[in-house]
Amino acid sequence: MSELTKSSGNPIVDKIRAFARSFGLPRLIIAGFLLLLFIMAPFVGANFFTQLSNTLNRFSWNAVLVLSMVPMIHSGCGLNFGLPLGIIAGLLGGTMAIEVGATGFASFWVAVLFATPFALVLGGLYGFLLNKIKGGEMMIATYVGFSSVSLMCMMWLLLPYHSPNMVWGYAGKGLRTTISLEGYYNGALANFLQINIGHLSIPVGTLLFFALLAFGIWAFLHTKTGTAMTAVGSNPNFARAAGINIDRTRLLSVILSTWLGAVGILVYEQGFGFIQLYMAPFNMALPAVSAILIGGATVNKATITNVIIGTFLFQGIVTMTPTVMNSMIHMDMSEVIRVIASNGMIIYALTRKSEVSR
Amino acid sequence: MKEKSFASKIWNLFRNNSVPFMFIIICAVCIPISGFSLNYLLAEIITRIARNSFLILSLLIPIMAGMGLNFGMTLGAMAGEIGLILVSDWQIWGIPGMVLAMIISIPISVLLGVICGKIMNLARGREMITGYIMNYFINGIYQLIVLYAMGAIIPIVHSSIILPRGYGIRNTVSLLSMRQSLDNLLAIRFGGIKIPVMTFAVVALLCLFIVWFRKTKLGQDMRAVGQDMEVARAAGIDVERTRIISIVMSTVLAGFGMIIYLQNMGNLSTYTAHSQIGMFCIAALLVGGASVDRASIGNVFLGVTLFHLMFIVAPSAGTVLMGDSMIGEYFRVFVSYAVITFALIMYETKKRRTSSLAGRELALAQKEADK
Repeated sequence: MSELTKSSGNPIVDKIRAFARSFGLPRLIIAGFLLLLFIMAPFVGANFFTQLSNTLNRFSWNAVLVLSMVPMIHSGCGLNFGLPLGIIAGLLGGTMAIEVGATGFASFWVAVLFATPFALVLGGLYGFLLNKIKGGEMMIATYVGFSSVSLMCMMWLLLPYHSPNMVWGYAGKGLRTTISLEGYYNGALANFLQINIGHLSIPVGTLLFFALLAFGIWAFLHTKTGTAMTAVGSNPNFARAAGINIDRTRLLSVILSTWLGAVGILVYEQGFGFIQLYMAPFNMALPAVSAILIGGATVNKATITNVIIGTFLFQGIVTMTPTVMNSMIHMDMSEVIRVIASNGMIIYALTRKSEVSR
Repeated sequence: MKEKSFASKIWNLFRNNSVPFMFIIICAVCIPISGFSLNYLLAEIITRIARNSFLILSLLIPIMAGMGLNFGMTLGAMAGEIGLILVSDWQIWGIPGMVLAMIISIPISVLLGVICGKIMNLARGREMITGYIMNYFINGIYQLIVLYAMGAIIPIVHSSIILPRGYGIRNTVSLLSMRQSLDNLLAIRFGGIKIPVMTFAVVALLCLFIVWFRKTKLGQDMRAVGQDMEVARAAGIDVERTRIISIVMSTVLAGFGMIIYLQNMGNLSTYTAHSQIGMFCIAALLVGGASVDRASIGNVFLGVTLFHLMFIVAPSAGTVLMGDSMIGEYFRVFVSYAVITFALIMYETKKRRTSSLAGRELALAQKEADK
């Protein structure tokens, strides 16, 4: 890093260094790696447009989940490792929509409708808890997520669901681990206004939905309440002096994050085509966290641009490495590379100096 | 009057040890329902105490140094596993194999411990979450080494260990020739219950070491750092170095603990054996009444007994109560996580309360001074 700060006589080199510094070295490496993968793709026999479509598709599934990080980071609650809680609200909404017999395009909106009260209640409780433990949010959030996922594992078995498409065939009760969304909200957004040109297919509906939510969050952060939220995150003492109710602002941000998590998992499912229950939400927080960090966010600063860049880079690497690496060196190292890169990014962000709000 | 103070004493005892009491109640309810014989339970518990307590004891030193629960102990476990893989490739079995695996694990553990300690020094105040993410990060590197480098760069010859493709280690490495070699050494059979005397002796040795270590200069330094970093620095203690040493010691001990754990199990699941070990050890320690900033050897043994008792009886109690064994399985996972969550919340609220109390006292003192 020290080399980056040194000045050389050449103004262009200086400019490049300044750019590298502002962009962040790890992000630069990851972006360069992805660019390299895209360049390599045609040489190893993978169609460029197919790869781009895959990346865009995966981007559209995950973007809302990553977006759900933003409100909590803004209010100084740190990275939302408790994302599974929001996901659970979404799963409850999705399964209930199927249970009441909603089908097709409408079932997605029914699912969102059902998920909302759960997200509000769970998010409220979660926010109340996080206000009690300011400063230790991230570790506790992780374990709140884990406990709630394992509690729900029991609940999925015990809750009185009856729809034959969801419960185990022979027992007649207890939800299956994977539920197909065929006939329900599979592709509810993705098939809307989908553009297909040759190998390239763009899920415009999902992207529009994400754009709508992202714009909503952006606009919200520029309202009076939103500005107050940013103030609480960047300097809680200043915020208190300005007469902002810190606890209420944080609570609001947590509820917002939880609700976005709930909607995010529904968007993910409509693209993926399946509801995954039981232990599936367990490890969904880490990819979302590292995506937003790769996008350039820090523990207490995040923008919509970070979300878009980060999700694209992260999902790009997830989709591209298997195809390109496999055909290049005949070894599937993609999983290992993904694990090292994404978690390395989280550690990098955690070690950056930033004021921890107390 | 005396009666009341006795009642409040009991209440205080209960409040300060709510987690162990909760577990005693859970176990007391579940044991009769599960229908296991006392003999069976006793045998199981003794095995599990021998198997796990070394690992859990490795958590004590970072707690002493004020670094919280060392979620990074998994790094040591991975180092121990690498030692075991190499030793079983060289076909060195029994006690010599175990000792050699421990010796191999030491440099790896020290290296990982130093890295982990340095990173934790950068992420001060967030040690636990950093250690937790370090698990995943180093796990990636572990996979890179074990799945790709072993056989390709690091010579592995034995066909029972290496994947047929020529590099990478199989999903399970059999440690059958090493199985319980430490446990069976000098073991006493007592009415059908095997007591692994040698393993207990090793654990006792570690306990003695920890008791002795607390009294050394370094141990005292660690406690000072744990109490207050700034005061310790003012007293001339190299805070950063002390913290790194505490993590290194914990990592090395965790490596040894993992080898003891695996010799009891008798096989090594190469890619999954370490993934849950940190969580279960930490949960067990907390069940024993430890908190993030205070843990004793007593907590370790109480915790391992209660936690594993619950682990044994929960699935069959779940089957009897709900007619589904999965409920019990999920229940015990839920309880492990819930205990950690609860302990973390208790710690954070207590920390906040004491800091606000200290602030109030300071304000009061200033007001007094102004008068």
